[in-house]
Amino acid sequence: VSRAELSRVGAIVWKDLTAERRTKANFNAVVFLAGLILLLFGFALGPDHDALRDAAGGVLWLTVLFSGVLSFNRSYEQELENGSLEMLLLYPGDRRSIYLGKLFANLTFVLLVEVIMVPAAAVLYDIPVWSVIVPLSTVLLLGTFGFVTLGTFYAAMSSRLRAREVLLPLLLFPMLIPLLVAAVQATGAILDGDLMNVAGSWIRLLIVYDVIFFLGALYAFEHVIED
Amino acid sequence: MSTTLEARNVDATAVTRPRWLLPFGAFSILFFIAAQAISLYLSQPDRDMGHLQKIMYVHVPSAWVSMIAFFVVFVTSLLYLIKRDIRHDLMAASAAEVGVILTALTLALGSIWGRPTWGVYWTWDPRLTTTAILLLIYVGYLALRAFTEDEDRRARWAATVGIFGFMNVPIVYMSVRWWRTIHQVQSTPSTVDPYYVIGLRLNAFAFLFLFIFFVGMRYYIARLERTKAVRLEERALAEE
Repeated sequence: VSRAELSRVGAIVWKDLTAERRTKANFNAVVFLAGLILLLFGFALGPDHDALRDAAGGVLWLTVLFSGVLSFNRSYEQELENGSLEMLLLYPGDRRSIYLGKLFANLTFVLLVEVIMVPAAAVLYDIPVWSVIVPLSTVLLLGTFGFVTLGTFYAAMSSRLRAREVLLPLLLFPMLIPLLVAAVQATGAILDGDLMNVAGSWIRLLIVYDVIFFLGALYAFEHVIED
Repeated sequence: MSTTLEARNVDATAVTRPRWLLPFGAFSILFFIAAQAISLYLSQPDRDMGHLQKIMYVHVPSAWVSMIAFFVVFVTSLLYLIKRDIRHDLMAASAAEVGVILTALTLALGSIWGRPTWGVYWTWDPRLTTTAILLLIYVGYLALRAFTEDEDRRARWAATVGIFGFMNVPIVYMSVRWWRTIHQVQSTPSTVDPYYVIGLRLNAFAFLFLFIFFVGMRYYIARLERTKAVRLEERALAEE
């Protein structure tokens, strides 16, 4: 990876995040939606405290998935509206930097949503996140990275189709099932104090998943974006 | 996109049906009927499951052959990305359609068997769950194809989805297996009645032959449809 490529990636990340920062409309909406989903799960599963605490890992990850999936299509739609995707493609350099730029912008976006969402979940579901903040953050980071890797990749296709709202989850969620299982299991184990010492194996599965699909998406992106 | 016939890699001559296709189709249907008849007639009712065991002769072969189907999708998708020959794409689409049907059949038959044997139609067992996830992944593949109108784009996009889907199979299976397991342990040929083995092998070939026939037929139709679409487009361009 050359310096020029890194600066191209950086430029796209900066551009996307600046566009987001100036409107904030999407970020605020997604954060409120995430809070709403947390509440809805509480009403659906609640009000028993122990039951809520047991379900917290699953609820947390489903909320990440359901709210995060809304950000991927938008990341390309804003390019399509102004015809700026063609411009991006015309610039010299490897097209992978477009993918990497979008990936890290989306990653920042979803992680920022989580920064607000996780404390909210801690309050609503009465889970002790502060005492396990390091392992929990590791799982959140690895799980979110895999999620955003595939989300950014599939959205490069779905965002250019009429059926984008339904097609993206349809393509993405079945692929994410191993990630969901691993992330929920690891999170649940960590919140329970990881007495059985199982979080490590689930974290390793997350790493394998992330590496495989990150490399896969990096190589396949060229075929998806060319037109 | 107004590219010419040549540029889009079409055989300008009419697509002809391969001569082996229909005779092979007749053969594979007859072979299937014979394999079913032989296995049902030969095998004694199982000690524990009784006649229920006979679902094995359709459930297991359809599961095996569905995996072959998705492997074909994987290989032809890779070939398409490397060679950019549209025929690889049409073959991937044909195999995916037949694979989805076989996967759905596997799940339906498994549920019918599971209800009296395990007491439930559905259980969160690794192989069962993996099969269901595969069904969803390849339904997504077919949905993407259906929604993408431009041919070149559809072929490229579907190829990446087909490759990713297949790469995910072992990861899905591992993750669900760690998650929980109660599936019936696979029998080996040495632990079951020899007639069961014969019945299962015959039916495995029967399903394989039917699969080849279905995919061959679907591929032939896909090429016909494509030639028609290209000709209509050419005519429209000529009239302008």
